[in-house]
Amino acid sequence: MAETAYKATHRVRNFFYLFFILLIIWLALTSNFHWQELSVGVLVSLVISLILNKNYLGLGFPPFSIKRIAFFIIYIVVLFKEIIKANFDVAYRVIHPKMPIKPGIVVIKTTLKQDIAKLILANSITLTPGTFTLDILGDTLLIHWINVKSENVDEATKIIGEKFEKYLRVIFA
Amino acid sequence: MELFGTVIIGIGTLFLFIGNLGVLRLPDVYNRIQAGTKCTTLGAFFIIIGVGIIQPTWFWKVLLIALFVLVTNPISSHAIARASRKSGVSLCDRSVVDKTEDFEEFKERS
Repeated sequence: MAETAYKATHRVRNFFYLFFILLIIWLALTSNFHWQELSVGVLVSLVISLILNKNYLGLGFPPFSIKRIAFFIIYIVVLFKEIIKANFDVAYRVIHPKMPIKPGIVVIKTTLKQDIAKLILANSITLTPGTFTLDILGDTLLIHWINVKSENVDEATKIIGEKFEKYLRVIFA
Repeated sequence: MELFGTVIIGIGTLFLFIGNLGVLRLPDVYNRIQAGTKCTTLGAFFIIIGVGIIQPTWFWKVLLIALFVLVTNPISSHAIARASRKSGVSLCDRSVVDKTEDFEEFKERS
């Protein structure tokens, strides 16, 4: 009984997330607020999210709260800073005549549970300076690092993953 | 406004150029993916945003395209890297460590 109730709340939550994401995409595509456009958008997103909400149960979206939204915005700012840093880092390594690279594949651990959280963490790691995710096996992430600073699992986790994980842990707590 | 947009597109082109240079210069597949992911992500992002600045009526659509590029680019690079590691492409001589040997998933390679 508890199982079905749990699933039902998840489906309702997924329905609302899907509905708002689709509506935002619709607004961006039409980019006007005329009532006819808006009502068609609401109708289409409503139908799609009613049919498809059960397909996203496995992702495990967290419940909605103001604190999560705030941390998500901070997270996006941090991510953009890291992307720009990453580009200058790689550009420097490419242009430098001797190519100061020291590549290798290291292992880091994550404490995140949900699939969507791991996906966001892996994508963020790919976009940050000198690292990209090769594979995720359970709670282990295989990372290719262009300039290996530490082969130790804990130290590598601290250097690569910690700056994103501290935000993601709050968002997906 | 048009001048500003053109400058942004120029910066994007510069990043794409560096990315291509990296693909040519770096020694093995994995390092090339590094250059190919990072520089193309920001390069494509700047070019798309620049188009949006020159043509303001397109701005929101263009922002949506930029967002999709930002989300899907890491996934494609991850897929290429994982496939090449599983099919047994070795790392270059300058590599210092390779921990994939410890995992069962990567054992079955020639």
